[in-house]
Amino acid sequence: MRYQFQFDAVFAEADRILNGVLLTIGLSFGAIVLGLALAVLLVAAKSLFGRWVGMLVDAYVELMRNTPFLVQLFMMFFGLPLIGIRMSGTEAALLAMTLNLGAYATEIIRAGVDSIHRSQIEAGLSLAMTKRQVFQYVVLMPALARVWPALSSQFVLMLLASSICSFISVPELSGTAAIIEQNTFRSFETYIVVTLIYLALALSLKVSLLWLGRRIFPRLSSLDRLDAKAEAA
Amino acid sequence: MTTFGWPEVLFIVRAAGWTLLLTAIAFLIGGLMGGVLAILRLSRVKLLRRFASGYILVIQSIPVLMVLFMSYYGLSLFGIELPPFFAASASLAIYVSAYLAEIWRGSIEAVPFQQWEASSSLAHSPAQTYRYVILPQAVRISLPPTVGFLVQLVKNTSIVSVVGFVELSRAGQLVNNATFQPFQIFTLVAAIYFAICFPLSRLSRHLEKVMNASRPH
Repeated sequence: MRYQFQFDAVFAEADRILNGVLLTIGLSFGAIVLGLALAVLLVAAKSLFGRWVGMLVDAYVELMRNTPFLVQLFMMFFGLPLIGIRMSGTEAALLAMTLNLGAYATEIIRAGVDSIHRSQIEAGLSLAMTKRQVFQYVVLMPALARVWPALSSQFVLMLLASSICSFISVPELSGTAAIIEQNTFRSFETYIVVTLIYLALALSLKVSLLWLGRRIFPRLSSLDRLDAKAEAA
Repeated sequence: MTTFGWPEVLFIVRAAGWTLLLTAIAFLIGGLMGGVLAILRLSRVKLLRRFASGYILVIQSIPVLMVLFMSYYGLSLFGIELPPFFAASASLAIYVSAYLAEIWRGSIEAVPFQQWEASSSLAHSPAQTYRYVILPQAVRISLPPTVGFLVQLVKNTSIVSVVGFVELSRAGQLVNNATFQPFQIFTLVAAIYFAICFPLSRLSRHLEKVMNASRPH
């Protein structure tokens, strides 16, 4: 049997696809901003407060990193209404994405903070900076600059993982694909088009994060390059 | 309406076996493909290098869910009616191959290039160099991230529930549809995933320490 590809039916639903793309971008952008903020707060809490806070943060990170995103999503969507927190699918998706990304970003940023040399912190303290000031001005930014590539990969992975939100009927890109597939019965064509869109989204996110990293940390990343050169020599 | 009792718990625990089986199959097939890709990626022939890096770039830039749909619907278009289990393992293997190829290529490249020179100055052929000098060191380097990636794979098997294959997540969904006690059910499901993944995460972290112990900076 020769299969006849028919893309017309899929392209007829361009409006729907566009909405799906916008929701995917919105969810990913929201999760990146909120997740990054959450991670910075948690890393700060870990280095500024005592052991108990650190253990709580660790527990959250390990819990999130060792269970599937899908199960976390189900917990938010099906579980939370039972304790009176009612959310739409999209809100539940954003919450699950933020919490998931927050855990991974916490782990990545912590690694960056650990890589800051003790002498830098001592230098800060000897300038009569408070612990908070040292964290803010001496530790955080160089740490972020150092782990920016790893963070970027994690952000791209989150964009790809947002496709799983279609499991709770969120009409983002792959949720839209499921609807179009039911309307047109053109499953393969639909998923080819949607896959290509994901490819374009992921690659442009990757490129723009690299560009953004160079914009935010121009001096710091060049300093790191000098460090690396000095070490190699 | 049924409640969440022992039969349901047993049903979910049994489904965890399918998750493990799927992980093992995807890891084995994907590992073989990934090994070949890593070699292609390092080959001297430009075309082969290009092909491998193109494949890796594309697979790493699309959701696993899309790979799954493409193999599930794509294969059936060409008259190949596969049970969901095959579509699931095939797409997970494709996903695994792209990531392991990169991990292993990185590990091979991380072996200091002086090792190549030393080996060839001992009149080793390239094959001998790989076999006796490079690979033993590359395997040490690659072990922690490979085990770490296994955790990602276990978790990602959860998405094959969408093509109707009953593994751990799907079992949880089915029981939830029947009993509607999501907190208990998904806590159990999450706990089982955690029980599988957490030891692996720890092992990966432990290997990182052990394998790096002899490595001067």
